[in-house]
Amino acid sequence: MADSAHAHAHDEAHDHHPTAKTYLWTALFLTIVTIVEVSAYYYKPWEESAIYVPSMIFLSAVKFAVVAAVYMHLKYDHKLFRNLFVGPLVIAVLTLIGLLFLFGKAAISLATPA
Amino acid sequence: MTATAMPAGTGAAHGGDAHAHGHHYTTTGLDNRKIAIWALIGSECMLFASLISTYLIYKGKSLVGPYPHEAWTDPATGTVYNPILNIPVTSFSTFVLLMSSLAMVLAHNAVVNKGKPRTGFWQKLEGNSVFWLVATALLGTVFLMCQAYEFTSFVHEGLKLGTNLFSSSFYTLTGFHGAHVAAGVLWLWTLAFIDLKRGLGPADGISVDICALYWHFVDVVWIAIFVLLYLIK
Repeated sequence: MADSAHAHAHDEAHDHHPTAKTYLWTALFLTIVTIVEVSAYYYKPWEESAIYVPSMIFLSAVKFAVVAAVYMHLKYDHKLFRNLFVGPLVIAVLTLIGLLFLFGKAAISLATPA
Repeated sequence: MTATAMPAGTGAAHGGDAHAHGHHYTTTGLDNRKIAIWALIGSECMLFASLISTYLIYKGKSLVGPYPHEAWTDPATGTVYNPILNIPVTSFSTFVLLMSSLAMVLAHNAVVNKGKPRTGFWQKLEGNSVFWLVATALLGTVFLMCQAYEFTSFVHEGLKLGTNLFSSSFYTLTGFHGAHVAAGVLWLWTLAFIDLKRGLGPADGISVDICALYWHFVDVVWIAIFVLLYLIK
């Protein structure tokens, strides 16, 4: 039982092993996305458009996911680690959204009579 | 029930991490120190989510300035306060933190692959774990210096901890993050010192891996903070 768990963990842990080259490409990608984010802040047509906030959240989510997957090895590591991170992260994000609905601007606009 | 005999390399994504460590393994076949750091990171997600929520809830509700993105004139004195956030400096510190994550993974790579024959300048540099650990610690220190500069300039411009809702939530969130970075920097300098004194090898891979996970978590938190606090008005 324990041996099979060990073997399973061993297999999962060593399916892939990122090289320095992968890390360098990841860093380049993260740098480019950061440049795009900062450029968007200064580019008025984008910054004043309705897609600005969603696009910035999307870009930061992509960066977040890439760092977690490649640098933190969640893509390559045992799924238990992924669950230990993603589970609380989902709860945290849902709590954040819930609190914003309860106390944020959305809550104020809902509570204010038209 | 704890298993003690493990196949080499089990419990980490990197070859050699588990060599010479016949203990610390659970029936899952995973190193319990690594499970612990992931559990800590999970709980830290909750902490930072609560701090970010607080900031977002109070966003735009400050009665007096200075404000993050808009100029403000004090009605009592007529003093004009410019938007307080300094995006170029923060963009630079964000880049520094991203590069520190790169240095961190290269440090881990160098430790777990120590002993491999290397030729040429780049390969030798790639295998120099002391260099990458010191580089990560230095980049972390630069990030902290940028944050110290930012806080100092904010205070000089009239934004203190109790000035308004923005300042309270901003300093609390970025201060907590900065404290995490400071702890990480201390951890990194300690590892670099150990590496310099006795050398870190594949058997120490898990120790570096745990530090790296913490450091990358600090990085991903900043990725969220940078966009939510600085770039979204």
